[in-house]
Order: sequence, then structure tokens, then C-alpha cells
Amino acid sequence: MGYSEEKLLEEKVFKDPVHRYVHVRDRVIWDLIGTKEFQRLRRIKQLGTTYLTFHGAEHSRFNHSLGVYEITRRIVDNAFASRPEWNEGERLLSLCAALLHDLGHGPFSHSFEKVFDLDHEDFTREIILGDTEVNQVLSRVAPDFPKKVAEVIEKTYENKLVISLISSQIDADRMDYLQRDAYFTGVSYGHFDMERILRVMRPREDQVVIKQSGMHAVEDYIMSRYQMYWQVYFHPVTRSAEVILTKILHRAKHLHEQNYTFKHKPHHFYSIFEDRMTLQDYLKLDEAVFLYYFQIWEEEEDQILSDLCTRFNNRNLFKYVEFDPAKEYKKLAKLSVLFEQAGLEPEYYLVVDSSSDLPYDFYRPGEEEERLPIHLLKKNGEIRELSRESEIVDAISGKRRTDHKLYYPADFLEKEKARPEIEQIAQILELNLDNGTI
Amino acid sequence: MLKDHAKIIHAISVSGEVIGRKKLQKMIYIAKKMEFPFQERFQFHFYGPYSEELTLRVEELCNMGFLDEVKEKKGGYYQYRYTLTEAGQEFLGETSIEMPCLGDCLTDINEQNARFLELVSTVLYFDNLPEAEVREKIQTVKKSQKYTDEEIDEAYAYIASLKTKSRQFA
Repeated sequence: MGYSEEKLLEEKVFKDPVHRYVHVRDRVIWDLIGTKEFQRLRRIKQLGTTYLTFHGAEHSRFNHSLGVYEITRRIVDNAFASRPEWNEGERLLSLCAALLHDLGHGPFSHSFEKVFDLDHEDFTREIILGDTEVNQVLSRVAPDFPKKVAEVIEKTYENKLVISLISSQIDADRMDYLQRDAYFTGVSYGHFDMERILRVMRPREDQVVIKQSGMHAVEDYIMSRYQMYWQVYFHPVTRSAEVILTKILHRAKHLHEQNYTFKHKPHHFYSIFEDRMTLQDYLKLDEAVFLYYFQIWEEEEDQILSDLCTRFNNRNLFKYVEFDPAKEYKKLAKLSVLFEQAGLEPEYYLVVDSSSDLPYDFYRPGEEEERLPIHLLKKNGEIRELSRESEIVDAISGKRRTDHKLYYPADFLEKEKARPEIEQIAQILELNLDNGTI
Repeated sequence: MLKDHAKIIHAISVSGEVIGRKKLQKMIYIAKKMEFPFQERFQFHFYGPYSEELTLRVEELCNMGFLDEVKEKKGGYYQYRYTLTEAGQEFLGETSIEMPCLGDCLTDINEQNARFLELVSTVLYFDNLPEAEVREKIQTVKKSQKYTDEEIDEAYAYIASLKTKSRQFA
């Protein structure tokens, strides 16, 4: 028996609060979980700064990756098993891709990638194909196996059905994170009948389709996605924390470029600041490392870096007002001048954040083939896009809802309210600095 | 502030009118690959490179009243047209977006048909691979489009001409 078919003598199980148990029988999967690159995911939170809003949201990308693997395993071993459209030879590939799909995520990856113009998908590929323990395990299956796993994750593999298991509008990735994020944040949204969805999934040549009888379960999933987006992923307090985090990284980079002498040398960051980061440098980064620097940077001479880090560490975040760019962009220019006069650099202390800055998305019917939509399989064999059959989905996928907020340090304005420019700022932002409620 | 939004407005302004969401996606992707500083992140999807961020940003610009979106029925499906509004024009006037060769490039890209742009953007997506592998990849990921060798040659030639165009003032 080859390595790819090797089973463990006894099944291993991970207790999991969302799926109850994660089952592992394949030797390859067990070996991948044990690699140092996969273990690193324990030190990267799934929801970044959301724990500053929902204190339970401390779960990691490790938990989520196991969850995606488990859902995929249930699909291929139960829902798809012995169906003629499913090629059993793709089973291990699907499981490995599901397990490793987030492998390249960095610490607080959303902000981190934005500031340094990185893409975790590039690192996922590099880890899978490079000189790593993960690559050693995958290469034992077959020399071209790492490449195939990378292609599935990048969505360029020839079998699109395999891709759609982990990357489509109803996939194992989303089904896990919606439920897991709901569980750990403690919100009552995000729940849907996954068992039912798994039972009505059918493999087709290019994608997974859903039997029409399962439409209501899918409606519930789409509603969960919609509610989680606005209630959790796009929470204004989390966005405030992301704004500060982004500004810390910008400031540190800027200082380095200005030849500023850091009291404590940021060794882990030099290669990123100088745009010469290797895979090994990248793998040394995790959230513990970032939080360590944020703590020591509180003592830096640079007021901005020190202030932003103190704010982040002590959760003294920026406040916000609703902002309508169409009507208020001229105000913004005025505010920038006033902030500068008040001694606050607007680049760091006056920030517009928009819904398009977020990495989460809504369901889209793909009217112009931008993205593949969810398809329902009707009794007569016809395939129809979900929103054409479901009024509920049609109602929420047709609505455009966007949102912009303007973030600023309310505590500073309060403290300095005697200054004339602060009074003007308060007027423009329609703040009442006298009652202490901002 | 709102620089990324302003860049998209600028792109549509220099293109005149963009017909089709898919086309707009391909135009911005190709321009980004020509090193114009668009920030939107693209990933490979069923129909080629796609950016959810761009979709959202365009929605935001329509909600702000800076872009006009017209939905029209075309055969069995819907198509969207995008143009700049007066408010968008005014906003653009307040910003300092400078991308000197973008107009030339986008006008040219806008004149190409969707099938060809799908091929061009796919070739660009795999530009880290050797040409022989790219050709193989296109036949795998775009099997249903049945691109011929001549079309792929044409795509390579077109990319080379765009590169020249995008750097003429550099």
C-alpha cells in the first residue's frame, strides 16, 4: 500500500465545538497537521482584531482549517461517495487542499497584507511548493502532488468540481467560518442546517449543485452570511481596531524609511520594511510577535507610534461618525487642515473606512458571469441560479448596501476642547464635547 | 483620502463608457498588471481574474452618485453600463490622480471584445510561468473557450503593445 492510501491504525479525533469531532484516518492528513507550518496557524487568530469587540473570538486559523477539512471529508466520504460524477481519485487531493487552504495567512493578515502589499495566497503556494515540512509530506504522495494541491487552492486546477468544494459561493470554507465565528463570538446569527445542505449537495462536472428540495436550507445559509457580515465582520469597533493596527504598521515602516532609530530594534520587520522578505522570514511572524512589538513600541520616542500602540494594547480605540463621501468629501479637506493645526497628523488620526476595505462578501447571482453562482438542481434535471428560484435570496442579493465611517480620536478632542480649532472640528463632526458622551 | 475610489472613477472617466461588469473587471486587472497603481486584490475565479473589492468599490461609487449604472437586458441575461456622473466629475476634479498613460491603455482595452480580454487577463495571471506552461494552462482552465494557438499568439502580442503604451511617458 502506498503512502497516499495509508491509514492510521486507529482513527484520531479532535474534539471540536462546532462539528463535535474532526476525524482523521489518513496518514497524510495526520502528518500534515503535525508540520511546523500548519502548527503556526495556532498562533494566528481567525478573526484578527474582532476579539476586541467580541471577547470570545480568540479562535485560530488552526481550528478553522481543521473544520474545513472535516466538512470536506464529510462531503467526499458521505455525500459524494459512489456517485458516478465523483472521481474517488481526487479524494486525498480535496482533503489536503481543504486542510491547507489558509496556510499562508500572516498575523492580523487583513491589515498586514494591505500595508505591505502582500497576498497570503502567494505564501500558501510558496509554503506548499517550497523547502518546508508541508512540501516534504505532500511530495511523498507523488512528486507532482504539491503542485496539484497549490492549484486547487489557487482555483486553477483542471477539475473545477474539486475547486468548488473549498472555493465557491457555498463551500466548506464558508460553511465552517460562519458557524465557527458565530460560536466563538457568541452571536445568534450564523447558524444553519449544514447537515441538510451536505445531504442535498450533488457533484456535477464543474461544480457542486444543490437539489431543489434543499433550497430552504441554502436560504438560511445565505441569510446567515448576510447577517454575520453586518453584525460581526463589519462591526464598527472592530474596524476601529483595524484602522489603528494599519496605522501602526504604516508608521513603523515610515519611521524605518526615515532612518529613525528604534529604541528596540524591530528585527522581525526589517526584511518586510525593505521589501526583501523570504519565506523563512514570513514564517517567523505570528500574532505573538506583533503584539510583543506593539508593547515595546509604547516606549518609543516617536509620539505617533507610541500613542497608536498604547491605544491598541489598551483598547482605547478611535470613535466614529457616519460619513457620506458624496456629500462630505469637501468637509474632509477642511477637517484635515484643522487636525493638523491641532497637532494631530490627519494621515494617522482622521481615517475614512469603507465597506469595500473588507475581505468578506455577500452572495452574488453572477448576472454577468463575474462569479459562479449557487445552482439548484430541479427535478427535471434543469439547473437554475438560486436567486431566480428564491424570493428571499433575490431580496437580499439585489440590494446594494455600502457603508463609510470616519474615525478619529475622541479622547484627544475632549481633552483639548478649549482650543479653537477643536471647537471647529467638533462643529463639523457635530460632536458635543461638553457632555462627555463622545 | 478615498484615493482608491478616485482611481476607479478616473479609469471610467478616461474610458468614456464601460459596458459590462465583467469587462470592467478585466480592464482594471489588465491595467494593474501594466503596473498602474490600482489597489484591488484579484483572485482567479471560474471566469478568470476577479476582484470582490472592485465589485464593492463600484457599488459604493454608484451609491455615492459618482457613477451611473444602467442595467439592460441583453438576450437571456443582464448587462450593466457604467459612466461618470457630474458629481463624479466634480469629485475627480478635487483629487490629484495622475496616471498619464492610463487613458491610452484603457481606451484600447475597452475596444477589445470580452472573449479576447478573458484570454489576455488569463495569460497575465500566469505570467510567472514559462510561455509553454501558460499555453498548457489556458487549455486546462479555459477548456470550454477553446482558444486557438493563433489567439494566444495574438494575446501575447497585444500584451507587448500595451506594455509599450503604458510606459511611453515613463
